[in-house]
Amino acid sequence: MTFDDLLPLMPLLIVTATSVLTMLMIGIRRSYLTTGTITIAGLLAATIVAALMMDWTNQQITPLLIIDQYSLLFTVVVCSAAMFIAILSFPYFFELDDHREEFYLLLSIATIGAIVMVSSNHFVSAILGLETLSMSLYGMVAYPLHSKHSAKYPLEASVKYLVLSAAASGFILFGMALVYAQTGTLSFASLVELPGAENSLGENYSVIALLMITAGMAFKLSLAPFHMWTPDVYEGSPMPATTYLATIGKAAMFVVLLRFIEITEALSFESIVTVLTLIATASILAGNLLALLQDNLKRILAYSSIAHMGYLLIAIIASHYATGTIGIEAVTFYLIAYVIMSLGAFGVASVISCSEKEFDAVSDYRGLFWRNPWLSCIFIAMLLSLAGIPLTVGFIGKFYIFLSGVESGLWMLLAVLVLGSGIGLYYYLRIVYRMLMPERETMAYRIGGVESVSSYGVLAILLILLLLFGVYPAPIMSIVATASSFI
Amino acid sequence: MILVVLISILFLGGVLAWLSEGLDARFPRVVALAAVVIDLLLMLTLVGAEAGDSSWIVSLNAQWMPRFGVSFHLAADGLSVLMMLLTAFLGAIAIGAAWSEITERAGFFYFNLLWTLAGVIGVFTALDLFLFFFFWEVMLIPMYFIIAIWGHENKNYAAMKFFIFTQVTGMLMLVSILVLAYFHYVQFGWFSFDYFDLLKVNTSSSIEMWIMLGFFVAFSTKLPSFPFHSWLPDAHSQAPTAGSVILAGVLLKTGAYGLIRFAIPLFPAASQQFAPVAMTLAVISILYCAKVAFAQTDIKRLIAYTSVSHMGFVLLGIYAWNEQALQGAVMTMLAHGLSAAALFMLAGGLQHRIHTRNMDDMGGFWAKVPRMSFVALFFSIAALGMPGLGNFVGEFLALLGAFKTNITLTVFAAFGLIFASVYSLWVIQKVFHGAYRNTDFDDSHLSDLSRREMFYFGAMMFGLVWMGMYPQSFLDLSAETLGLLLNETDPVVSAVVR
Repeated sequence: MTFDDLLPLMPLLIVTATSVLTMLMIGIRRSYLTTGTITIAGLLAATIVAALMMDWTNQQITPLLIIDQYSLLFTVVVCSAAMFIAILSFPYFFELDDHREEFYLLLSIATIGAIVMVSSNHFVSAILGLETLSMSLYGMVAYPLHSKHSAKYPLEASVKYLVLSAAASGFILFGMALVYAQTGTLSFASLVELPGAENSLGENYSVIALLMITAGMAFKLSLAPFHMWTPDVYEGSPMPATTYLATIGKAAMFVVLLRFIEITEALSFESIVTVLTLIATASILAGNLLALLQDNLKRILAYSSIAHMGYLLIAIIASHYATGTIGIEAVTFYLIAYVIMSLGAFGVASVISCSEKEFDAVSDYRGLFWRNPWLSCIFIAMLLSLAGIPLTVGFIGKFYIFLSGVESGLWMLLAVLVLGSGIGLYYYLRIVYRMLMPERETMAYRIGGVESVSSYGVLAILLILLLLFGVYPAPIMSIVATASSFI
Repeated sequence: MILVVLISILFLGGVLAWLSEGLDARFPRVVALAAVVIDLLLMLTLVGAEAGDSSWIVSLNAQWMPRFGVSFHLAADGLSVLMMLLTAFLGAIAIGAAWSEITERAGFFYFNLLWTLAGVIGVFTALDLFLFFFFWEVMLIPMYFIIAIWGHENKNYAAMKFFIFTQVTGMLMLVSILVLAYFHYVQFGWFSFDYFDLLKVNTSSSIEMWIMLGFFVAFSTKLPSFPFHSWLPDAHSQAPTAGSVILAGVLLKTGAYGLIRFAIPLFPAASQQFAPVAMTLAVISILYCAKVAFAQTDIKRLIAYTSVSHMGFVLLGIYAWNEQALQGAVMTMLAHGLSAAALFMLAGGLQHRIHTRNMDDMGGFWAKVPRMSFVALFFSIAALGMPGLGNFVGEFLALLGAFKTNITLTVFAAFGLIFASVYSLWVIQKVFHGAYRNTDFDDSHLSDLSRREMFYFGAMMFGLVWMGMYPQSFLDLSAETLGLLLNETDPVVSAVVR
């Protein structure tokens, strides 16, 4: 480990320093504004540094971390998303009747975990990053615990997430142990060409190991049939924690899954392909169908995220069959698109909610279009993007997935995708329609004070990104294409 | 470049109309009308333009997403120009229909109206299939808003149904486009979504049929043709008048345009094999929907079903794929655009005045509103195919062409003309003839057509008479395009026929 090795770790170090600084700051003097500013500045610095490093860094730092264009691309995504969430959470927790500063500490520690995850090609770093992220999330989910009139079930959500998540980690660890028994290394390595083939346990052990790891990861990604926790946790958590869980939590986990599957060549095993196909189908159908029955915005978005993870899985399966890197590009682009549109959708809900009163019933949004046209235009754009309508980044993402599916000849999955998207339209449009209806009575939305101005700025940036990547995606496409070649 | 200007005027005009509402509630409609009229005038400059060595009068090709060979390729030939003229003309008419009807949130209404028109112009000029699909979807969202916000009692259901039908079938078309682009990639080594590149792709016959079906389903839903027509009556009966005008006059025609421009030229062999099925569906549409129209009591639903019936002639003409039939299809598209738009405006006008669409409540209006009754009689007669008016020319040519390829089906289709007379005259008799009755509604606002309304209807009457008396001026515009399309597909088609 030399100084040269430290340089590529700059984004990680900056975020770590930020969390240490935040912690010390809280010890010296409690100030919500200062803590928030430090966190946001630190995350912004990490974003910029990672973006600048992208063109010339490609280095394995110790066996644990790989810093290449792909991991840096997602470091940028993770850090900027964390920064946006930090900005959005400022007005949200502004009136919380409790210590507010530690939320930023948890947020930056979780971000450390996410950065480690997107840069890992080793079991140890993957599990370390994952646990760092999850541990902080338990705290974030339960954050407004002592608040007198806050969100209803933060503790229930946190405990539920903790117990089930620990069980899933157990599956992943057991699977890793089996893989280790096969390959003799904790680095991700091909399971197809084993070095000492005569000493290995046989192919069945590989399949079982892969299945256990897939199940564990599918749990974290809330893929059906491991999705049961998702709506409850989404609903019970405070809005910023839900946003973090839904965007960064999912994206980081998916990058690990992608690297794991690509490097271990897991898809060479027929049974793994079958299982992933079934999981994708089940997720798309279950997510979209169950979302139809919901009246709570967070639950709808939770079920829709289940479906979106299913769409992404199609691209992962396609990466095995398609020529070139189209499958990986599809995953990458869709993840970026998904982060943007989920951030936007949850962001709008955050802006009108606060820790004391959340507006998360669909009926709360009645007449929003006439009351606050800009806010609701942003929301409509995000929902249409989630539904995959042109002019938005969601459409280009869906285009990628369709293309990768067509190249790989996954006709059955494509049919499910069309069906799922068709069902999805219904519940997205239902929210849109609610916003277009005339106002019934004046809703007691929080009228943001000065502290909300920056939140509106974040939403504006997200809207611009959504439209820019949707209408002129050529630049981001080439970035994605270059980064994907590193997997 | 002029095509980009045409589209941008509408996009920007929409934004401007929305913003101008803040100044004065009457500004949006003026801004919108100005944008559409400027567009119409610009289009007229294309009519006499020389095409040069190809049939394309203007074209523009720029890179858009080089990773997948997607280009921003717009071009217009005679057929596109004809369709664009119809779009802009009916756009202006629709603004007229909305002029006094839409009073609430007018800014956003005209924004949506102009964006729909922009999407339609894009569809009529796009020559890159990705771009085409892009515009195809862009015209949906504002239309959804128009129905969902300004619609009538059951607007949510209608808007949702409209959106889901067109969007889901659109996605099937997207898959087809991607498969085609992938075949291009396999055969030529690079991705392309360009129309001319994709025309060169060789597809094996079994796959070709599937890809073609993806296009066909999307287009025939929009057209609409049996069995994908059920969204149309709901959408029409719930939409505000201007929405119905755009929907019936312009949006339906994008489906027919798509068939002529893309579905058949890209897959000539599969289309030729599929033609008997498509023509059968067309005949079912014509007869079945005429029958169903007769059973309606809601006047807007009735007109909606007659739309499906008339569009059946278009589908029949297109799949007959010879010169007369195609000319007939194009002519029917134009004439039906005007006559259906006018009928929807009349129905909308009635609803605006007496707040009901139920024909059982109406009767004997001739005495009360003679001008309106005369206009209604004129357009009903146009719709039933009276010689001397545009619809007759179109439907006659379509039948004439279809007779060459499939006599049995054409004979059945011809019965549609008789059915059309039955339901058209039945409406006139029920609503306008007989003794005046106003027991079931408040007739205090039942006034005759205003001078402004007469002007719009007059313009449409003039159009229909022109089409009926001197159709050559329209036939000439599209003849070259259609001739080229026929020539290109000829070797494949004749091979299949033999």
